[in-house]
Amino acid sequence: MLDQTEGFVTEDGRKIGPVVMEMKNITLRFGGVVAIKDISFDIREGEIRAIIGPNGAGKSSMLNVISGFYHPQEGEVWYKGAKRPAMKPYQVARQGIARTFQNIALFEGMSVLDNVMTGRFRQMTSGFWAQALWKGPAEREEIANREAVERIIDFLEIQHIRKTPVGRLPYGLKKRVELARALAAEPSILLLDEPMAGMNVEEKEDMSRFILDVNDEFGTTIALIEHDMGVVMDLSDRVVVMDYGKKIGDGTPDEVRNNQDVIDAYLGVAHD
Amino acid sequence: MAQSSEAAGGLASIPALLARNAREHAQRPAYREKEFGIWQSWSWAEAAQEIEALALGFLELGVAEGDFIAIAGRNRPYFYWAMVAAQCVGAVPVPVYQDSAAEEMAYVMDHCGARFAVVEDQEQVDKLIEVQDRLSEFEQIIYVDPRGLRKYDHSVLHQFSEVQEKGRAAYDRLGVELAARRSKLSYDSVCVMLYTSGTTGKPKGVVLSNRNIIEASKSSSEFDHLTKGEEVLAYLPMAWVGDFIFSIGQAYWNAFCVNCPESADTMQTDLREIGPTYYFAPPRVFETQLTNVMIRMEDAGRFKQKMFHHFMDLARRVGPDILDGKPVGMIDRLRYGLGNLCVYGPLKDTLGLSRVRVGYTAGEAIGPEIFEFYRSLGINLKQLYGQTEASVFITLQPDGEVRNDTVGVAAPGVEIKIAESGEVFYRSPGTFEYYYKNPESTASTKDPEGWVATGDAGFFEPDTGHLKIIDRAKDVGKMADGALFAPKYVENKLKFFPNILEAVVFGNGREMCTAFINIDLTAVGNWAERNNIGYASYQELAGHPQVLDTIRGHVEEVNRSLAEDPMLAHCQVHRFLVLHKELDADDGEMTRTRKVRRNIIAEKFADLLGALYDGSDEIFTTTEVTYEDGRKGSISATLKLVDAEIVPVEPARVAAE
Repeated sequence: MLDQTEGFVTEDGRKIGPVVMEMKNITLRFGGVVAIKDISFDIREGEIRAIIGPNGAGKSSMLNVISGFYHPQEGEVWYKGAKRPAMKPYQVARQGIARTFQNIALFEGMSVLDNVMTGRFRQMTSGFWAQALWKGPAEREEIANREAVERIIDFLEIQHIRKTPVGRLPYGLKKRVELARALAAEPSILLLDEPMAGMNVEEKEDMSRFILDVNDEFGTTIALIEHDMGVVMDLSDRVVVMDYGKKIGDGTPDEVRNNQDVIDAYLGVAHD
Repeated sequence: MAQSSEAAGGLASIPALLARNAREHAQRPAYREKEFGIWQSWSWAEAAQEIEALALGFLELGVAEGDFIAIAGRNRPYFYWAMVAAQCVGAVPVPVYQDSAAEEMAYVMDHCGARFAVVEDQEQVDKLIEVQDRLSEFEQIIYVDPRGLRKYDHSVLHQFSEVQEKGRAAYDRLGVELAARRSKLSYDSVCVMLYTSGTTGKPKGVVLSNRNIIEASKSSSEFDHLTKGEEVLAYLPMAWVGDFIFSIGQAYWNAFCVNCPESADTMQTDLREIGPTYYFAPPRVFETQLTNVMIRMEDAGRFKQKMFHHFMDLARRVGPDILDGKPVGMIDRLRYGLGNLCVYGPLKDTLGLSRVRVGYTAGEAIGPEIFEFYRSLGINLKQLYGQTEASVFITLQPDGEVRNDTVGVAAPGVEIKIAESGEVFYRSPGTFEYYYKNPESTASTKDPEGWVATGDAGFFEPDTGHLKIIDRAKDVGKMADGALFAPKYVENKLKFFPNILEAVVFGNGREMCTAFINIDLTAVGNWAERNNIGYASYQELAGHPQVLDTIRGHVEEVNRSLAEDPMLAHCQVHRFLVLHKELDADDGEMTRTRKVRRNIIAEKFADLLGALYDGSDEIFTTTEVTYEDGRKGSISATLKLVDAEIVPVEPARVAAE
């Protein structure tokens, strides 16, 4: 485990800061089913943190706890040094946590540009009447937001589909648009739920590059769930491994790779 | 300067033309580039300032007179400025194909001994760093896009905008030096060095002087009455001579505006937004556009389809005549007008060609149907024949004398003669100075009187005086029985079918002709989709029995048409195969301008070629492929060898050479 409390600089020159989010003894139950059992881990500023595990391990539930969609029965979520009270997802979003979804949740009938613009909602302050009248502050605000969105479009290289309705796009591009929308919120933590599921090798390579670039260029902290072990090991700084709702490993990719419990979970040793 | 007196009004260099434009057309747009979704524009005055700042920055970095500055990036104003800024300080710009692999780039950089490179982004920087150790003279890299480069060692890396910033700051110190260097430029100074694509052997550095570029730009502009009001879209590779002539030579001579698309993928949208008045595209671009139109029409409703076909039939009949100003009946004119309202106008708008006044295609033969399609819509598409060594122009088609099988009359100022062997020679003010560090090639290409061998065989049509090109002189050969073998001619006939993207015909010194074929994935893929034929890759589709049948049909049709020509009846394709991979410049099978390298292909696929001649039905083969980033892999496949029916002809007569 890494123990520097004030942050450090990695071998390749990236700055990893102090802990920004901490999960303390989280337990989440649905009726009698225990989805997450007493899990604790932390996320440091500027790092890429992966949560992996076999199907049904509770990864997505964990992400939903972070994004405020589920409220754990036990345990605490600490964010930026303060305990977070139970919140609605939109309140969590306001705190600077954005996410993408495992099964793409875009507005299919709207253009890519409009979809990404919705990500700027948090940055829009002018009221209903001001927007309806359009002149003055509302107009200036829209121009500023559009500029921010265009920079993201440029960054993710989706200029050619700017005006295309999302419904007409292939899967890999939709995933990228979803990332664009999450980025438009200028999050301090970005949650990615299986960003590479269902992609071919080339699309995976593209996506990996974009994730690294986002982290590198904007210093965004990224927490991601992923099945593809190769991708996870290459991308992330630290990995949490879950199995049957429990944490069975936590550490750098190398540490996790050599952890006997993790090997068992992935190779399918009989559970008692 | 004694020589420069012959230049019109003292305009003896590109920087001199820039100064004139900045003075006389200060507020007119010189460059536009779409970025962040908006067209950004620079007036001539602003462009001049940007270029001056960069030129001063070059001085600050220590660029000496006669240095070579390599330039690699997609068409963006920054790179055009870099070329002109290099000229301003007496250096020579060398544009490089931005998609070339590190090895190819290394060859060019090493050959010219470039000390500096202006490149676009991380991708190019990585390539240069990879080969840097082998380039003894190479020193500094200037990049435009900083993304991903922050952590690189910045002792030899500079951001474009910072170089300009330093240049502006150093104006008081270096302004005099810059002015002195600029004033030394004459008609004889080197304007640019361009590397030929090289269908055979290594690329050669063609040195073009200010005289070459300015004279060629001037006379061709007069030929087509170009004005300062033209709009062009710069999207063709900057390392290609055509782009240099259109986007720098003619643009600076006429002071018209050069528009740069947002990215390669948005080219079609940007084309439509700009609506160029002067447009150049290789046949392949026109082919792709037409294929897309046809595919979309097949998906359209019944009424629209009917209307489209009705008016296109009319257009094919009377459109070209109306365009050429020939007499056409009143009724047809009215109907054409109606067609314009319903079909042609909207279609041209979608294609982005509604404002095109002068359009050119060159580089390869264009299919007659494709050529006629555009002309029948009322787009003044013409052909030209040229090469890097001629600063593009050798022949041009004058308005009203446009045909798809000739390349037109000698461009103004160009003399042409046909040698005994049939090879075309020319002499013009645009004729290159020499090949860099290669006096033997210079001597063998350009004789002391200035006549240059084109390497193409052709003849003047007796009735019209138009030049007709048959084939590359090098490729024309003889078959085993002595009959004429003209592969390019046959390949072009094959390529006119939308399903066939590329064809390579063999037969030199052999009993019969055979061919390798690449299918067009867009056209054939669409056909497969509509017929519920599933496929996962190019390779799978290429091997599909129905596809092979279709292609055989095309080959047999070509054979029938060849049989009608006694000279070429022996070039009928007896056997062919559809290749398991697309021919690619990354694998060295084509040049960067997408011309096939016949000998390399024959060598690389020797096993396949052998199988075509030994009568076997199928063959298993493994081929090495190179990915874009230079890594290697291999693909293997079992290919079917298909026999095509041929039309029997008289026993061979020896064709005239």
